[in-house]
Amino acid sequence: MSETTSSRKLDFTPVGENDRDAEQIIRPSTRYWPEVWKRLFRNKLAVLCLTIIGVIILCAIIMPFLSPYKFDEVNLLSSSLKPSADHFFGTDATGRDLWTRVWIGARASLLIGFLGALTPFIIGTVIGAVAGWYGGRIDMIIMRVCDIMLCIPSMIYMILILMVMGGSISSLVVAMAISGWMGSARGFRGRVLQFKNKEFTLAAKTQGASAARIIFRHILPNILGNIAVGLSGAVPGAIFMEAGMAYIGLGVTPPNISLGQLSTDGITYFMSASKFHLFLYPSLVISVMIFAFFMFGNSLRDALDPRLRDEEYNAKRMRKIKRVLRREARRPGKAVV
Amino acid sequence: MEHNNCLLDIKDLAVSFMTANGEVKAVRGIDFSLSKGETLAIVGESGCGKSVTVQTIMRLNQEPPAVIKNGSIRYTNPEKNIDVDITGLNNKQMQKYRGKEFSMIFQDAMTSLNPTSRVGRQICEAILKHTTLNYKEAKNLAVELLGKVGLPNPEAVFARYPHTMSGGQRQRVMIALALSCNPTVLFADEPTTALDVTIQSQILDLMNKLKKDREMGIIFITHNLGVVARMADRVAVMYAGQIIESGTLEEVFYQPKHPYTWGLLGSVPELKKKENSRLLSIPGTPPDLFAPPKGCSFAARCPHCMKACMQYEPERYQISDGHYAKCWLLDEECGKEVVPPVGRDLSVFKTKRKEI
Amino acid sequence: MIKYVAKRLVISLATVWAIATICFFLIRLLPGNPFIVANPLDITNADKMMEYYGLNDPVWMQYVRFMNSLLHLDFGYSLAHAGRSVNEVIALYFPVTAQLAIQAMLFGIPTGTLLGILSAYKRGGTIDISTQLLTIMTTAIPAYVLAAMLQLLLSVKLGWFPASGWETQKYTILPTICLSLGMISGHCRGMRTLMLEVGQQDYLKTAKAKGLSEARIIFFHQIRNALLPMVTNLGLEIAGLLMGSFVIEKIFSVPGLGKYFVNSINELDYTMAMGLVVFQAVVVVAANFIVDILYVLIDPRVKLD
Repeated sequence: MSETTSSRKLDFTPVGENDRDAEQIIRPSTRYWPEVWKRLFRNKLAVLCLTIIGVIILCAIIMPFLSPYKFDEVNLLSSSLKPSADHFFGTDATGRDLWTRVWIGARASLLIGFLGALTPFIIGTVIGAVAGWYGGRIDMIIMRVCDIMLCIPSMIYMILILMVMGGSISSLVVAMAISGWMGSARGFRGRVLQFKNKEFTLAAKTQGASAARIIFRHILPNILGNIAVGLSGAVPGAIFMEAGMAYIGLGVTPPNISLGQLSTDGITYFMSASKFHLFLYPSLVISVMIFAFFMFGNSLRDALDPRLRDEEYNAKRMRKIKRVLRREARRPGKAVV
Repeated sequence: MEHNNCLLDIKDLAVSFMTANGEVKAVRGIDFSLSKGETLAIVGESGCGKSVTVQTIMRLNQEPPAVIKNGSIRYTNPEKNIDVDITGLNNKQMQKYRGKEFSMIFQDAMTSLNPTSRVGRQICEAILKHTTLNYKEAKNLAVELLGKVGLPNPEAVFARYPHTMSGGQRQRVMIALALSCNPTVLFADEPTTALDVTIQSQILDLMNKLKKDREMGIIFITHNLGVVARMADRVAVMYAGQIIESGTLEEVFYQPKHPYTWGLLGSVPELKKKENSRLLSIPGTPPDLFAPPKGCSFAARCPHCMKACMQYEPERYQISDGHYAKCWLLDEECGKEVVPPVGRDLSVFKTKRKEI
Repeated sequence: MIKYVAKRLVISLATVWAIATICFFLIRLLPGNPFIVANPLDITNADKMMEYYGLNDPVWMQYVRFMNSLLHLDFGYSLAHAGRSVNEVIALYFPVTAQLAIQAMLFGIPTGTLLGILSAYKRGGTIDISTQLLTIMTTAIPAYVLAAMLQLLLSVKLGWFPASGWETQKYTILPTICLSLGMISGHCRGMRTLMLEVGQQDYLKTAKAKGLSEARIIFFHQIRNALLPMVTNLGLEIAGLLMGSFVIEKIFSVPGLGKYFVNSINELDYTMAMGLVVFQAVVVVAANFIVDILYVLIDPRVKLD
């Protein structure tokens, strides 16, 4: 037909099924989670955030032990010192070492962050599972309660509960649980309804699996991604909420301390040059902490659903491609229409 | 195929998508043409590049990530004195052609109409853009069109929102929308896939009737061979971004030359068939378009695979005027006479075709 | 439509009732004599006060009385400051908070929406990157820290605005900006996401296939469809503004309800704080109710059931 055919040596011996290179045919089937991890760890920001979170957790655990000071040790002789080699973050008006206090406070904030994200999630999931699985009256009542409770911003519940229970880590977590379960209950109910009549659920049912087993072994793994994203957003939210509560006077009560409380205490001094560190360091640590959690959550979402990222990547890459194409178009021999 | 009637002539078109994971070569060098009053059906599995091809002709793909790497799309319309290469137009120039010269019916009428806008308004929008009519005249025209596509009480339909209508009704609206500016070429991207069978049949009849009335060229994308038999004058079979066989409906259906076409035809159940006959399926999956194989893209799944198939891409062999296939089996040197595995009785498709 | 409104109204009233009831019983849960808490030195007087306020009556009687007064929009009284009623406080301080919130909305919503549209339109551009920075800042830095920093920068260092107080219109600028920051970033992010989401919808392809110009596609199809869901957020945003005002008003010494509320918590004036909570719940519920009705009116897709 064309001259290329004759120049090639065509070999028309049949090729059997086994001689074909299978690799070439089908892309190695990609499994979901390894693929997600790969995408996540390829993202430099995610790795950075994960490192920051790791360092902060590590510091919160070991720094108070390494420090020669106790977080509530009053020493009036060394009051209001600026940061130095003795006191990395300086000292407060009663001579307490801010470095130690910040890490003790970080312990509380991290605890509040994790518990404050997990507890409402667990409660909400159980309630949502019950509502979705049993349906009918129970479902209706639970969903009405949800509707009603969702009308009010969570901060109002927080304020009410903290006013009665007093400020402590446990009461903060309780308050977050009460004010935050509705969202995950609603979401999980929807998922249960969605999966309830799917074939694999019916299959499990016919084999005599209990409701709880079906929900937690079969349905939950299907939405693990969404849960991970939701939780990684809820942790910084809870830390943030604690800081806000501390500011309006409902944080953990002394002598206990949290990062929110520390930065709230420090804010009185933010205009004084000599005590600025009291404001700066706690605020800095809490901001970096929330930032790291928040950005990690974002990266996780991107890793789970790479569609949007792809587009952003393309926009950058396109400029380069366009340049190349333009150059190629200018080459002689190619008709430019 | 008379050449002065040729509306669209596509030569060696290649389209790629630049994604984060690399370049997806969605369309890899295809040639075909479309004449006036002709229906060309493009058939193939999902992901073989059918939709990308027609969306490239209308330049609907987001560019980037889509890039036209090569080839030309020549559109000629002597009546309107148009002779242009689509690939060289920019977005603004393209707007004059979209809707007016080319229009498109999409697969999913559920999502293809703007949910917050009344359907009449959406039709008027196109009319106002391409004609000099004022809103009132445009409205009258839209109502007339809605009536023509078989929607009862078109005035009332005009003011309805898409979500209040059924799938079939919406697809009729889409057709009215597509016809609103008297296009020369109509692209139909699986227009009936989302509908149930009875509605499907009504829509196809409607399209055939409108085609007759208006002498449009239609490019019809589908993976339903029954629909092809009913609609098409010519058929192009696509596989992994290439047209592997093309010809008239009869040629492709009765004398298929490519093993993939055999497989495709063999995978359709027949009504009149011996009891013990089996439905053929093609084992395996289409190749990865990130890195298409260097030989024939179907080689890995082909029951007649030869060494040459693994090494070189097959030529485009002409079997008769207008009937082409890309397969090494057709090479003279090959010398093999491979008979299609099943002699197909394809009358089942033919009988479906109604004369309107 | 009437049925829908009635249903929303019932839910709204139930919400207010639930919050009020919770508040009522929470106050009774508080240990000890509230007057001793408020003024520990005056024990004999405290008993008289208990009698005076009817706090020695059975709980159900108190509950009926409380609900009755709530029906007459009476939110209670202060325990720390004899003779001061919650209604007086609201009448005195709420207008300031309302002004601040409305200003923040008028500034924040258009700004945020516009920025969101622009950053979706030019993804990866300067505006997109700076709005992303703003979002990160408002989500990572506690509001009081951010407000304090802005105060330090814009009024103390640069002297553009007065640092605190509430006198002329000029005093309102900085608190308004600070209060609207969260709103701007929220709106911007929401709008950006919605724009991108709508951008992938099939009907935009239809619009493009009709030959419409890019501007028309963006304005009449993309933005319109992206804006509608943003309306549902309004109710929550009003709530967010009220909550934000707690912090902002305290920092900038704005004599608003938020500042008074924080003070009453610090003074352990529980009845006052609870009364204000109930009032704020009413405001938020009312806002939600209006937004729900509004949404049905503007979005043709919402089915009324």
